[in-house]
Amino acid sequence: MDKKLFIGNGAVARGLWEAGCRFISSYPGTPSTEITEVAAEYPEIYAEWAPNEKVAVESAIGASLAGARAFSAMKHVGLNVAADPVFTVSYSGVNGGLVIAVADDQGMHSSQNEQDSRNYAKASKIPMLEPADSADCRAFAMAAYEISEKFDTPVFLRLTTRVAHSQGLVECGERSEPACKGFDKNPRKYVMNPGNAKARRVVVAEREKALDEFVETTPLNRVEYFDKKIGVIAAGVAYEYAREAFGERASYLKLGIVYPLPSALIREFAANVDELIIVEELDGFIEQHVRALGVKCRGKELFTYIGEYSANMLRERVLGEKPEAAAPAAAPARPPVLCPGCPHRGVFYVLHKLGVNVCGDIGCYTLGAADPLTAMDTTICMGASIGIAHGMDKIDSSLSRKTVAVIGDSTFMHSGLTGLLNVVYNGSTATVMILDNSITAMTGHQQNPATALTLKGDPAPALDLAGVCRALGVKRVREVDPFDLAAVESALKEELAAEEPSVIVAKRPCALLKTVERKPPLVIDAAKCVKCKQCLKLGCPAISLAAESMVIDHTLCTGCGLCEKVCKPGAIVRR
Amino acid sequence: MYNVIIAGVGGQGSLLASRIFGNVFLSLGYDVKVSEVHGMSQRGGSVITYVRAGERVASPLVSDGECDLLLALEELEALRWAHTLKKGGKLVASSQRIAPMPVITGAASYPTHEQVTAEIEKVTSDYLFLPAEELAEQAGIARASNVALIGGVSAKLDIDEKVWLDALHATVPQRFLEANLKAFELGRNYK
Ligand SMILES: Cc1ncc(C[n+]2csc(CCOP(=O)(O)OP(=O)(O)O)c2C)c(N)n1
Ligand code: SF4
Ligand code: SF4
Repeated sequence: MDKKLFIGNGAVARGLWEAGCRFISSYPGTPSTEITEVAAEYPEIYAEWAPNEKVAVESAIGASLAGARAFSAMKHVGLNVAADPVFTVSYSGVNGGLVIAVADDQGMHSSQNEQDSRNYAKASKIPMLEPADSADCRAFAMAAYEISEKFDTPVFLRLTTRVAHSQGLVECGERSEPACKGFDKNPRKYVMNPGNAKARRVVVAEREKALDEFVETTPLNRVEYFDKKIGVIAAGVAYEYAREAFGERASYLKLGIVYPLPSALIREFAANVDELIIVEELDGFIEQHVRALGVKCRGKELFTYIGEYSANMLRERVLGEKPEAAAPAAAPARPPVLCPGCPHRGVFYVLHKLGVNVCGDIGCYTLGAADPLTAMDTTICMGASIGIAHGMDKIDSSLSRKTVAVIGDSTFMHSGLTGLLNVVYNGSTATVMILDNSITAMTGHQQNPATALTLKGDPAPALDLAGVCRALGVKRVREVDPFDLAAVESALKEELAAEEPSVIVAKRPCALLKTVERKPPLVIDAAKCVKCKQCLKLGCPAISLAAESMVIDHTLCTGCGLCEKVCKPGAIVRR
Repeated sequence: MYNVIIAGVGGQGSLLASRIFGNVFLSLGYDVKVSEVHGMSQRGGSVITYVRAGERVASPLVSDGECDLLLALEELEALRWAHTLKKGGKLVASSQRIAPMPVITGAASYPTHEQVTAEIEKVTSDYLFLPAEELAEQAGIARASNVALIGGVSAKLDIDEKVWLDALHATVPQRFLEANLKAFELGRNYK
């Protein structure tokens, strides 16, 4: 059989397909997004973007109860949103197999925190598999369905950035689709009122016992004996770092299941090696278990709870071998920025100019917090902008006269709607600005309920964002074009002054969308440029200061025209 | 083991470059891992991608000091990642200079070409800068500077040209294939 390169997420999608998965509902989130995108290309799989992770998991539960193998994927913080149904479907169990992928982001490449999802497995009593490379990704997605149906439980598949986004070789098989079982009409199993839930709680305890036995013998956990002076217990990419660092100078217990952990297997492995070392990024999840068994080991005392590990770090801390590497040269940082032509830029330019407080949210527009726009004071989680502005108002309503909650279209539908409802219901006077760029951009351009297209590319009804705000009871709702700086400014001034809730929808599509026309680049007339640097305050990566005057990089400029509007001497012109 | 790092600015096409390398090593019969970057940094941030090939590849990342070949799509990124090279490793870089935001705002200044090469020479003397952007524009597709650069690399490595061309055929979308093949040739023949 031919081996092909797959990114981890693509290999998960392949495994889902081969396992006969029929239903996927997810909400995008780096590093989990591509699982759903790749799986959507298989015609046998129904796949959709839900408005948020909670709805996604609930829909997957529905598909499972209807008898199909179902799936949902999310990033680590997405599981916080989905936690409510997850904790209780653990009690009710499944009909068709139910697999939930959760992708952690150690090192916070694209996240606001680096929580360790393994704690969710333990807290919700749901088994969790953790692949170490692309081949594992495919195989474990398939194994997860076997476990789910055999033990009547949802199963977590835990990914991490380096597994989800690394390509590796995968040997593929064909799809085998179990027959759809049909709806399991069984209220005592699925109506989790206290009476039924008490009975299911006992079933969960029995399931945990059965799983404890299963993990002792499953080939998903694997022992590799080489030199026995050092024994390493690791899972996922941490195992790969350890293999890289120690090669055959150590023995390994590679865990494919990180919850529940195989206590007897751990004891046996520990007894066969001189020194036991636990290699795991983030929390000391395995280490705590090993120590609770009374088995001596070293782990976090050698390494760290923070960020990513590397082979060099392991070699240095365990073997005392210093890598031979040059020191990094000093170089100016290159942080991410709003793209040239980004519709969000004008809004933040005006917010900065007005000097107001900005309760921000999560999306490309979080980059409005960075230099030189620096127009954001809070970012906590998706949807929080509106709640935070409401709370501030209730402590000091004069704050609402100089505070704007800024939220993207996808984020508003994800979890801003209820915040806005609260503003209306409990009567604060917050000003909310919805940045409608007609796409979920940050995570790589996914469709959403306001874009009129589904994940599969089929037409869909588009949510009218202004209309839904009115329906929630906001009387002052208006739309502006974010490229019209004067209009943005006057709208903001008027709505900030209004002593009632108001919403401004800034509407213009993301510059990277294929449907957006790229205009010819603008140029700077060096004779007219007085080097006042006003245009640089836009933070457009296409404009910079050269020796004689400002210059516009013609390969980057999209011709959006914002800089032309802020240049008082009229030195920026269209050719 | 052969370790490649591709460094660039988000949006420059390091992903495609890494996939081309992945395919090249695959057709030479190696185990391959490619570590990509998605998400936040793709918005104009500094992006590095790793490609590793060998009998059995464990970690998807290249450790500092173990990089055999650094492909830099931009000059400052060549400087930033030069320390990942092993002593005497190869560096092929585009001479394109894209100012990062701290330079645009005036908080930092872009080092001169001489400053960049002085730092690089501390690690290796085997380096080549080529005007990948111009070569790509010559080929009729400005975005193909990544492929022009790979053409430059291919001239330095002992791998049959056909292997590279096959990898281009396997990874570049049909519509852009012809222009990309041209960019590759221009890079390969650049003296
Ligand atoms: C609970 C949760 N789910 C998913 C994400 C990942 N995520 C970050 S921003 C974003 C979407 C942003 O879309 P939008 O609000 O439309 O703003 P844009 O990026 O288009 O400007 C997503 C899905 C997250 N941070 N938190
Ligand atoms: S991807 Fe779109 S929304 Fe995001 S920064 Fe670029 S132009 Fe703006
Ligand atoms: S027109 Fe001005 S602001 Fe817009 S992309 Fe070009 S340089 Fe940047």
